[in-house]
Amino acid sequence: MSSRQPVVPDSSQAELEDDDAVSPNVEGDEFMEEPEEQEEGYSSSTTSSLTWISWFCSLPGHEYFCEVTEDFIEDDFNLTGLNTMVPFWKEAMEMVLDVEPDDDSARVPDVSIIESSAEMLYGLVHQRYILTRAGLQAMVEKYENGVFGSCPRVYCLGCNVVPCGRSDMPGLDTVKLFCPNCNDIYVPPSSRFQGVDGAFFGTTFPHLFFQTYRELAPAPFWKAPSPGSNALSRSASGSNNNPRASPFVNPNPHGGQKRAAGYVYVPRIYGFKVSERAKNGPRMQWLRLRPESPSQLDQVDWRGRWIDEDDGYDDDDEDDDDGDRKMEDFDPDAADDDDDDEEEEEEDEVDHAPGPSAPLHNQRKVPDATLPLQPTSARTSPTSSVAPRTPREVDQTTPALYTNSPSPQSIAGGKIRAVRQWTPRTDVWAGAAQV
Amino acid sequence: MNVPVLPVLAFRAQMEDISTGSDSDYSRCWIAWFLSSKGNEYFCEVDEDFILDRFNLTGLNNEVANYAQALDLITDNLDDDIQDELRGSLDVQARLLYGLIHARWIVTARGLAKMIEKYKRADFGRCPRVLCQQQALLPVGLTDIPYEKSVKLYCGRCEDLYSPKSSRHGSIDGAYFGTTFPHLLFLVYPSLIPPKSGPADHGSTNASGRDTADRNRRRVRDEPEVPPAEGVGDSISTASVALKVERYRPRIYGFQLNETAKLQRWQEATRDRQVSRLEELERRGAI
Repeated sequence: MSSRQPVVPDSSQAELEDDDAVSPNVEGDEFMEEPEEQEEGYSSSTTSSLTWISWFCSLPGHEYFCEVTEDFIEDDFNLTGLNTMVPFWKEAMEMVLDVEPDDDSARVPDVSIIESSAEMLYGLVHQRYILTRAGLQAMVEKYENGVFGSCPRVYCLGCNVVPCGRSDMPGLDTVKLFCPNCNDIYVPPSSRFQGVDGAFFGTTFPHLFFQTYRELAPAPFWKAPSPGSNALSRSASGSNNNPRASPFVNPNPHGGQKRAAGYVYVPRIYGFKVSERAKNGPRMQWLRLRPESPSQLDQVDWRGRWIDEDDGYDDDDEDDDDGDRKMEDFDPDAADDDDDDEEEEEEDEVDHAPGPSAPLHNQRKVPDATLPLQPTSARTSPTSSVAPRTPREVDQTTPALYTNSPSPQSIAGGKIRAVRQWTPRTDVWAGAAQV
Repeated sequence: MNVPVLPVLAFRAQMEDISTGSDSDYSRCWIAWFLSSKGNEYFCEVDEDFILDRFNLTGLNNEVANYAQALDLITDNLDDDIQDELRGSLDVQARLLYGLIHARWIVTARGLAKMIEKYKRADFGRCPRVLCQQQALLPVGLTDIPYEKSVKLYCGRCEDLYSPKSSRHGSIDGAYFGTTFPHLLFLVYPSLIPPKSGPADHGSTNASGRDTADRNRRRVRDEPEVPPAEGVGDSISTASVALKVERYRPRIYGFQLNETAKLQRWQEATRDRQVSRLEELERRGAI
């Protein structure tokens, strides 16, 4: 962008594809809200020193996009199905790839239509590209430079976020930001991102990203560094051990390997915690809470019930407790189960491997035979980010695995089917469990 | 920057570079000037008789240097012949003093009522969490001691804290709002506790006619906004509201992630345990 000089934004000139007619891009936020209008004056040209793609990515509001390589776009396989979604496909392709149109007379008179088609095309290709090894690598660079910003939640302590869509279909919602620490999504702080379609990033990207770069993903458990920090988190109670040794390790090799920021806000009135018995007492701390150790996660079965506990959740025992004490720990029994930590952790490894399919396992029953699941190897590829596969390779294997799961059909296929049942059931359960 | 009327203001404008204009109105009244300055949108007006009642200021003379003069400046009683060097520091002290008085004021009945008006106008911004659906926020401090932590924003829906979007607000001292304020507000006005699901209850997304209609409708319902409001929410039960909370579920190609799903199940089991505990308490009339 900086290399281009804004010149007189003469519309006739713009339509003649004067590559210098980029002046509106200096206008800032307001313009981004009407992308069509804004882009009217833009056009691409082969004479430019800047490709259409790098120009597009440098527009204000387009900071989240990475540059898709041209050979990825040129490979028709990667574009499967997109031609039905993008009007003026050929012209849009020519614009994105900076190809001089062969026949000027055949062109659509209004270049702004092509511009929005090109944006749509690029966005949808971008959604696919950032799931490839090369795309993930381009995005991790931006992530580490903080291009996507950080989580607005105070106790996420500025954890970096990644862009995220709520839908994979364009036109439904704008881009959001996913925080791996609180596993929640946020509205970007600047209004200039309100013109960016969330589908251009997609629903899968943030999670594949943190599966691929596990060292960037916070672990699901957290222990307060010292009892002194009680004031900030109720999870701190009863932790008299030293914090985990300096190199943080999550026993689950397929889980997040970063130390989480686990403080949960405790509301106070004149220094006293607000009791949960009050109408305005805390009701939402569970949303941000983490267990102190990974083994505690296994105390909840796949349907979301506490293992080794009747459905009454020990109501009667706890009723007489003083409210404040309970605030310190929702799960006073948690410490009792330490004896089977080790075996459960081993099973974790088995369990976590097949990512999405695992929820249906009852941890204690996983047969070892299920270990070499196709999905595992195919999906997550090696932890190290060293040897990137070519985009096409990844692209072919990745979708295949959830749809067909070829070789261990009997096992994996069955699992996957069961998972499909599982997924909606979480919600059903959540509703049912309240009874 | 316009040329202010009084020399005091001239200096102040120079010092702060944030005076939004200095028509005669503001030049007469320090508080009005302060409230209208850019970046001070979170503050509400402290009634003058609250400030003039020395009982309300107990102990503040230890927190604020040049306490007496700072107080005079706030209440517009400052002598005009104060030296210029003093004026600069005095302005800083006056802000500190006003902030600390403000923290005490907004937990009084009248202060709460004023802040509710601002809350309904969403003067403090809206929750950035997508599933909170633009819930209006309330300012809160992480400590009541000045110069320690900047102001944060509390969302009554997700009950969590967020940093202000703008750095202007991000640099306001949290002690000027205090740790108590939002929680006392919802304690006194349980009817204002936001619902855990569905669109924001008041001050809805855009401040158009719908907003005012909404507010008028609400006004009818919780008319006794000015104290006393205790007892308004007696019929409200919040024991199981958490079950209605929408949450985000990370998925890869539509499948949940194992570790995250596990954490979320654990969190929801924790929630269910609290809900059944509260429901049991409610059944037995203990709440």
